[in-house]
Amino acid sequence: MKCTARCETIKILNLSDEELFELSRKNVLSMSLEEMRVIQNYFKKLKREPTDVEIETIAQTWSEHCKHKTLTGAVEYTEEKDGEKTKRTYNNLLGETIFKASVELDKPWCLSIFKDNAGIIEFDSENGVAFKVETHNHPSALEPYGGSATGVGGVIRDILGVGLGAKPLASTDVFCFGDPDIEISKVPEGVHHPKRIIKGVVSGVRDYGNRIGIPTVNGTVYFDDGYISNPLVYCGTMGIIPKNKIDKKIESGDLVLVVGGKTGRDGIHGATFSSIQLDKESDVSAVQIGNPIIEKKVLDTMIKARDLNLYRAVTDCGAGGLSSAVGELGEKTGAVVYLDKVPLKYNGLCPWEIWISEAQERMVFAVPPRNIEKIIEIFEKENVEAVCIGEFTDDKKLTLMYDNDIVASMDMEFLHNGVPKPIKSAFYKMKEEKVQKPVEMSSFEVSNSLNSLLADLNICSKEWIVRQYDHEVQGQTVIKPLQGNNIEISGPGDAAVIFPYTVVKGTKKGIVLSNGLNPQYGKINPYNMAASAIEESLRNAVAVGADIRRISILDNFCWGNPNHPEILGSLVQAMEACYDISKAFEVPFISGKDSLHNEYSINGKKYSIPSTLLISAMGIIENVENTVTMSLKKDGNKIFVLGITRNELGGSVFSKIRNIEGGIVPGVYHRESKDIMEKIYSAMSENLIEACHDCSEGGIVVAVSEMAFSANKGVKVDIDAIKIYSYLEERCRSGREMTPAEILFSESNGRFIVEVEPDNEEKFKKILDGSIFSEVGYVSDDKEVIFESKKNNVKIRQNSEILLNSWRNTINW
Amino acid sequence: MKKIRVLILRTAGTNCDYETQSAFELCGAIAERVHINTLIERKDKIFEYDILAFPGGFSYGDDIASGKILANEVKNKLGDEVKKYALSGRPIIGICNGFQVLVKIGLLPDPELFKQISTLSYNDSDKFECRWVYLKTEKKIKNESSCIWTKNLPDIISLPVAHGEGKFIPMNEKFLDNLNKNNQIVFRYSLKDGSEPEYPLAPNGSTEQIAGICNKKGNIFGLMPHPERYVFALQHPAREGFNSKYGWGKVIFQNAVNFVS
Repeated sequence: MKCTARCETIKILNLSDEELFELSRKNVLSMSLEEMRVIQNYFKKLKREPTDVEIETIAQTWSEHCKHKTLTGAVEYTEEKDGEKTKRTYNNLLGETIFKASVELDKPWCLSIFKDNAGIIEFDSENGVAFKVETHNHPSALEPYGGSATGVGGVIRDILGVGLGAKPLASTDVFCFGDPDIEISKVPEGVHHPKRIIKGVVSGVRDYGNRIGIPTVNGTVYFDDGYISNPLVYCGTMGIIPKNKIDKKIESGDLVLVVGGKTGRDGIHGATFSSIQLDKESDVSAVQIGNPIIEKKVLDTMIKARDLNLYRAVTDCGAGGLSSAVGELGEKTGAVVYLDKVPLKYNGLCPWEIWISEAQERMVFAVPPRNIEKIIEIFEKENVEAVCIGEFTDDKKLTLMYDNDIVASMDMEFLHNGVPKPIKSAFYKMKEEKVQKPVEMSSFEVSNSLNSLLADLNICSKEWIVRQYDHEVQGQTVIKPLQGNNIEISGPGDAAVIFPYTVVKGTKKGIVLSNGLNPQYGKINPYNMAASAIEESLRNAVAVGADIRRISILDNFCWGNPNHPEILGSLVQAMEACYDISKAFEVPFISGKDSLHNEYSINGKKYSIPSTLLISAMGIIENVENTVTMSLKKDGNKIFVLGITRNELGGSVFSKIRNIEGGIVPGVYHRESKDIMEKIYSAMSENLIEACHDCSEGGIVVAVSEMAFSANKGVKVDIDAIKIYSYLEERCRSGREMTPAEILFSESNGRFIVEVEPDNEEKFKKILDGSIFSEVGYVSDDKEVIFESKKNNVKIRQNSEILLNSWRNTINW
Repeated sequence: MKKIRVLILRTAGTNCDYETQSAFELCGAIAERVHINTLIERKDKIFEYDILAFPGGFSYGDDIASGKILANEVKNKLGDEVKKYALSGRPIIGICNGFQVLVKIGLLPDPELFKQISTLSYNDSDKFECRWVYLKTEKKIKNESSCIWTKNLPDIISLPVAHGEGKFIPMNEKFLDNLNKNNQIVFRYSLKDGSEPEYPLAPNGSTEQIAGICNKKGNIFGLMPHPERYVFALQHPAREGFNSKYGWGKVIFQNAVNFVS
């Protein structure tokens, strides 16, 4: 093979193991020794040294970020419980848990799962909706503004690149940060202060999302000091796509058209760098530079080209840049690309840099030659650059040319399937959970705790963030992130609903987006953390009016270094829970993502994040007019608690602020919970529910308070009327009754607070017949929020305006 | 009956064009989203339309200043046509970024002058904000203003705002006096009872709480809030509206369609 001055040969045929490994490390290839050996052998067979382009292409394609080697790899898992060890081997961790659940559930309304850039479910007879959530953690740690902005831009391109392109309708953003008020001296060297990261990340999402005109309608912000050196930034987008535009196909002879942004040196090694730990030497040039207006222009024009059937396939340039995009599209056919034809931001890029750069806003299309002029005209008419850079062949090879020289020539088969499957070991030791000592508190102390909980970073108002996002652009956000009965006051909604009336004319249907996340539980019990996250996401969706029978979910695993058996062990636990709960609720996973290696190393010390699973839910709502918000509506209406309260304070916000030791992490009791979810939907379909709120962080007392203060109303709740489970129950066995504080602050899953008009009470109770629920109080006109237990002589009385202020003053920068 | 045709002018960064189109369609018009390059190719095409709308968004990323680049492009490449169109009395609306464009072209407040004499600048809060606000139209103005867009509305309505640069500033006192004297200030931010608001219901610090203005003749209307996001009651935070179905924003579009009919 001849090389230009700009392309180098990398001598690997005669390297020793140590030298191979050093080569990987030095060039940020993130490849293991075993992988380097496989490459060495491949080129030994070809009897030549590889070029830098080839080595870089393999590194990108095989990166954890692109190939998900851990999740799809083999795992030797050992579990220890009560001193006994059991073993299990997974050949494909994802395939035997999450993916298996979806295959077994086999829902006919799942149109495309786990194979494209996003999962797609049916919206109506003509359309599907696609949903994807990505992570952009490492870039956001180094350069918060650019990192989060390109995170948004990237996941929007996933939606543009699913099938033949979906039209994005809404975004969701979830962040995990360190404490914004931490002293600077406690922040590890080389790390940005959390407050700087937060402000940068929020601004990045704001500027990208608002400019491109996709409403950011849902999200969560979670604070824990485990995220100081490694913040998490999850960006998700949902879009709508005609059912007949879901399949891609490539034919030999189709042209490779690159559309949108030019290629520059930004985002070199993004895929590989995100597959290793961060340290203070981490290179900011791995972070891309975003431009939302270019992406908006691509969106505007490509939908036009799609509807004229001018191309056969499309995908986005994400991690790995052109290398991944062309590599994926041409996997079955082969492709030749002329790298010197790629439009550049500036001169001076080497061929390998052009090929793997993750410069933003680029899409790659497979266009039949007869359509090429027409499609280029459509793009150029709106000032979008579109350049033909190669073609799909039939030789099943990847061939890269530069100035008439061949700079890479490899078999697609080796590139895509040559990566050796690692076998990793995982270990998990079950921790014993015990009910805490009885939490006895005076009425005064409970009152104080209520205010502290509302002001806690993980419960308090995120209005400062939410209002910076245009969550109403496109005009379709009918259930908004902040909810109230007037425009002056609002409380935290459980989920958002999009009513896509501008796209699907005459429809009554809506799309609900929600999420669930609670890393605190995972510190004690990763299985129940995952189970709770799924349940919470479903609960949130159901609370606004979703039908549990039409919800799909996405998984997003952010974990520490999976080469540590204990860390991988907790991942196995979480994935097993995903299988169990997905099956139990009959809610399929349709797509997912993992970001492992969230670890920061400095001066020999390693900081790993808490194991964090985000579950994002998307559901179809039959009639958007039946949806409800969480704020109380009318004085005199009755308040019901649906579901059972157990003694589950493990990992709760209350335990954290009161330093309570022990406690049981909330479990998921799927039969009870699914039954209630189905009945809520029935009741909402008959308009029997005025307000509904999910009961989660902070427990009943926080949920009820939020419903009251968001409506500027009062409420009276009888604590003794709340259904609690027998203290003899297996998991929560304590041999004693729950105290009022435990009832109020327990974070048991499966519970909703519901407001019902007296006139509808009978009908409502009839629907709920057979489920565990109780009437606990009523809405009052005096703005007093009262919780009383006559049995225990406890009475909490708080003014709802004071509670509102506690809730909204924490983050107000 | 002849169908009313609406031109919704879009360019790179326009992002409220679909909902603006839907709003006009809901009122019985045919609304087309037309890219500025297409219009520049055939400038006369503009006269085939009865109503011209500049929708919201971030035209050209709001680089330099909000709406500035699009305003210059319109003025330089379509200036004669747009001025003629405006003076012909046909309805023109500019919403949010579109309002910024109208002001920076100089179609507002005075298309005959056709010069920028006011601006929309950074919010006092110094950040982009998305929230619902109350808008007040004083009785006197309602009765005396020639604005064709704001008829048949109650004294106080609510609409969402979503902008970072919405603070209206006139060039000097004299222009402000003229706006007042000619009843051109049709919407002011207010409280629910009509009294003077403070932040956040005064979302940007506008001079005299100005949220929307029209020209003297009343055919050209610009406002920062988004009426196209409130055509159904369902879109209101508390689902308020009229005829238990529609949002008050719809009336604004209906007024123009009715006017042309």
